[in-house]
Amino acid sequence: MSQKNRLDGGLIDRSEAWSFRFDSQYYKGHKGDTLASALLANGVRLMGRSFKYHRPRGPMTAGSEEPNAIVELREGARKEPNTRATTIELYDGLRANSQNRWPSLTFDAMAVNDLLSNFFAAGFYYKTFMWPAAFWEKVYEPIIRRAAGLGSLSLQDDPDGYDKGFLHCDLLIIGGGPAGLAAALTAGESGARVILCDEDFLVGGRLNLETYAVGGMSGAAWAAETVARLQAMPNVRVMPRTTVIGAFDHGVYGAVERVSDHLAVPEDGKPRQILWRITSKRALLCAGATERPIVFENNDRPGIMQASAVRAYANRWATTPAKQVAIFTNNDDGHRTASDLVARGVEVVSVIDTRAEAPTSSDYDVVAGGVIDQTWGRLGLSQIEVKMPKGGIRRIKCGALGVSGGWNPNVHLTCHQGGRPVWNEALAAFVPSATLPPGMTVAGAANGVFSTHGALQSGADGAKAILADLGIKASAPALPEAEDTPVKITPFWHVKTAKRAWVDQQNDVTAKDIKLAHQENYVSVEHLKRYTTLGMATDQGKTSNIAGLAIMAEVAGKAIPQVGTTMFRPPYTPTAMGVFAGRAWGMEVRPTRLTPSHNWAKEQGAVFTEAGLWLRAQWYPKPGETHWRESCDREVMQTRKSVGICDVTSLGKIDVQGADAAGFLNKVYCNGMAKLPVGKVRYGLMLREDGIVMDDGTAARLAEDHFVVTTTTAKAVPVYRHLEFVRQCLYPDMDVQLISTTEAWAQFSVAGPKSRKLLEKIVDDGMDLSNEAFPFMACAEITICGGLRARLFRISFSGELAYEIAVPTRYGDALVRRLMQAGEEFDVVPYGLEALNVMRIEKGHVTGNELNGTTTALNLGMGRMVSKAKDSIGSKLSERPGLNEPDSLKLVGLKPVNPDHKVPAGAHLMTKGDKVTASNDQGYVTSACYSPNLGCHIALGFLKSGDTRIGETIRLVSPLTGVDHEVEVVSPHFFDPEGERLRA
Amino acid sequence: MIINHPLLGPRDSSEFVYLGDACLINRPDWQADDALEQFIEYGHTRDNPAGLHRELWYHEQGDRSWLVVTRNTVTHEITQVELARDVARAEGRSK
Repeated sequence: MSQKNRLDGGLIDRSEAWSFRFDSQYYKGHKGDTLASALLANGVRLMGRSFKYHRPRGPMTAGSEEPNAIVELREGARKEPNTRATTIELYDGLRANSQNRWPSLTFDAMAVNDLLSNFFAAGFYYKTFMWPAAFWEKVYEPIIRRAAGLGSLSLQDDPDGYDKGFLHCDLLIIGGGPAGLAAALTAGESGARVILCDEDFLVGGRLNLETYAVGGMSGAAWAAETVARLQAMPNVRVMPRTTVIGAFDHGVYGAVERVSDHLAVPEDGKPRQILWRITSKRALLCAGATERPIVFENNDRPGIMQASAVRAYANRWATTPAKQVAIFTNNDDGHRTASDLVARGVEVVSVIDTRAEAPTSSDYDVVAGGVIDQTWGRLGLSQIEVKMPKGGIRRIKCGALGVSGGWNPNVHLTCHQGGRPVWNEALAAFVPSATLPPGMTVAGAANGVFSTHGALQSGADGAKAILADLGIKASAPALPEAEDTPVKITPFWHVKTAKRAWVDQQNDVTAKDIKLAHQENYVSVEHLKRYTTLGMATDQGKTSNIAGLAIMAEVAGKAIPQVGTTMFRPPYTPTAMGVFAGRAWGMEVRPTRLTPSHNWAKEQGAVFTEAGLWLRAQWYPKPGETHWRESCDREVMQTRKSVGICDVTSLGKIDVQGADAAGFLNKVYCNGMAKLPVGKVRYGLMLREDGIVMDDGTAARLAEDHFVVTTTTAKAVPVYRHLEFVRQCLYPDMDVQLISTTEAWAQFSVAGPKSRKLLEKIVDDGMDLSNEAFPFMACAEITICGGLRARLFRISFSGELAYEIAVPTRYGDALVRRLMQAGEEFDVVPYGLEALNVMRIEKGHVTGNELNGTTTALNLGMGRMVSKAKDSIGSKLSERPGLNEPDSLKLVGLKPVNPDHKVPAGAHLMTKGDKVTASNDQGYVTSACYSPNLGCHIALGFLKSGDTRIGETIRLVSPLTGVDHEVEVVSPHFFDPEGERLRA
Repeated sequence: MIINHPLLGPRDSSEFVYLGDACLINRPDWQADDALEQFIEYGHTRDNPAGLHRELWYHEQGDRSWLVVTRNTVTHEITQVELARDVARAEGRSK
């Protein structure tokens, strides 16, 4: 198809014609086109269907404020719904599809909604789908979701990469129009570090869209020359295709650079987009302004656009939506569009100006004091009906209508820290208030300075003021000559007789909806917004908010500033989720920590699981084992029979040194630590200040002034943070130093009746491991394997005669290989987390499942550990009556009455004969496993007054999983309750 | 947000972990007659000012110092950053 609406000139590169596809049709366009401009050039005005009524829609704008022309860009995994055709940079082979229509864009069955519009007014959903309540989730919502909504997701993983980066500057300039360029020149030539961001791929803002001369050349040429000058300055970074999406605290701005969106596929190794965090000393907002519509009957037909967009398409993209164009305006700027179009050879059939004193022209017909009464054209504008000032109507055939209701400064970023714009009567627009984000100033049209000269001047002045503030001597580049036309506007918001007149075209909010909301007493602008959804679409109401406010003010009999305005929040334009994720995707979301024996365990074919950030061996399958339980049961039995080895490096280790080390530990553990002898280890319980258990572990005293404290894997970081809090904030004069040594030492548990014999083979001569010389809970710094320094602790999580041995991390791999080799004669076995868990449940040892942030020492059966003879964190609040009720939960063991039954964790406990209700709840199961030693499933759990209910048969229920059977309450110490094995 | 660390200069807030009101430094005397009441107050009662707030931040991705940051909760302006240890000493805490 030929580009029938392509004009001469423009800023497009005609050296090649690119082919692209929209829906099933192929078209040609050029480098420099957007999808919207290329489609318009090909005579296509219809680009989408509206959200609610499925009305045919075409582009209303030529920029990122676009509410209507939103499409699905690309196909397959790269498909991106709700993408604005007005900002999609054309590339060869581009494919896009219209959305929210079925079966086709020109015939959409859901357009029946439009005929039913009387029923779909504001609040329709709230009022209609109220009853019955159960219908909402099952019936109404699925239907509404299918009928409404816009594009569809690919449901595939995004194949592209996203990056994050940090930038720093003296001055961040947001927007590269005349104000931004003048500011960048001023600051750049003064030597300041400048970043200039512009959302467009062609920097220059409206200089690229207008015909006014700047410094004797076209605005676009001046912009190109200036950008080239700026790019040559080493202290200036010009960033096209970069949208500043948010103004955050302390001069930090978020910006998204679309590195590859103008390509079919990103270049090798390049990300699709980059999220920049820009830390600036000052920022100058030069975001320009947006032309706003006038609301009238059927004002949403394809071909009805911002007047400024019509001239932007003509001037920059050499295209027109139609051969005959009319203009509807309330200000002089609408006439500029008319004269630009005439100059481009487009027929301007009429300029309808709401003002009786409208300027006249010899180039086109002007209807002064007229308004548009009605429009026609099912899939695109064909005719308008003008209500003449002296009565009567006139029908005019045209394919496009440019509408100018005046200009709104783009104040959005000034609101991101709570600033509320203020009303400017002369401009009939909101302008930035004095309450700006700290460090930000505003220049150019964004600050209500609309002429080119004014924008250049205010940009340069803004930069000078900032440089002076930063103590940088400002140079003063000569500013080019430019137009300085004053704003002449008589506010006119909407044609009052209109019945179906669109205010927010993206969310299909009409003037009637706003009046209805007012009738129903939604008087606050924030309520109006939520009730009608005005301004809540992806365009955040950039073109619609002001008309909505004006209509609301009118029906309320107030002035616009009395009604107020709603907030704008980040992001400025819709932003892909992927760029916020960056590289934090899949396994890259968090770091992965490997234990020192990881490579060795991999060689053994271990299956790994994530524990905290660590990958730990879960079990070590042997040939022929088909189920994890087989491996786990074997590892448990073999450890209890001979000796097993487990990497326990991931447990937190904190080195505590100093003259007051013992006194310090006495504060952070609820049990006594001060009198622990050198060479001994003690189990310790740490409480939170509110009396709940924080963590448990061991403290080993290696010297008078030196302890090594262990934590659980999960709590290593929070416990360390807590200890630093206690040290720095509560006891600042204690002589104590802390350092986390979790990753400095590789630590292995060596457990089982043969563990002593195994270790005797690797400790250096002279180390006596006999029970007398190195009893249960002993510790020592020793050497092994001929001089390697090591730490040996006789502690046991498994309930066996057991040791933990630590060596500097770099020897961890060698040590596990040596232990396995030396243990061969004792039938040594490596065991994983599953076997470790089974053995600790058999022994009744608690872990994170029991220390779950709701339990106290009393609940754990360790109430007497909380020393009353000293002050420690949490001791006082653990005395709270609520934590000491007579029927408090107590840790118990649970065994199924029928040995074939499981005792699943999470199941709840009920007294036999009670109804299964929350109020009858007696407790819950925390940890469960199959015990190969007992030959049945066992569990630990908390039961009300559990310590006095040993022997009772109770009911175990899990309504979610259908479990309901009987279990017997037993001691939590299932295995070797007297502890004879670990003292052997 | 940028926190101007008294030893290390301006640092991005992502290096820090937030705890809460700096009144946590004023831990009550466990032997006072009304110690339990004081601890309940200490543990659970907080002011929620719209304005200046002294709060504890921990430089976890840095030098591991606890800081007392004076921040305006309305504007997020930070007017003072001190080492919590110095604040604790000034408030009479010792061993």
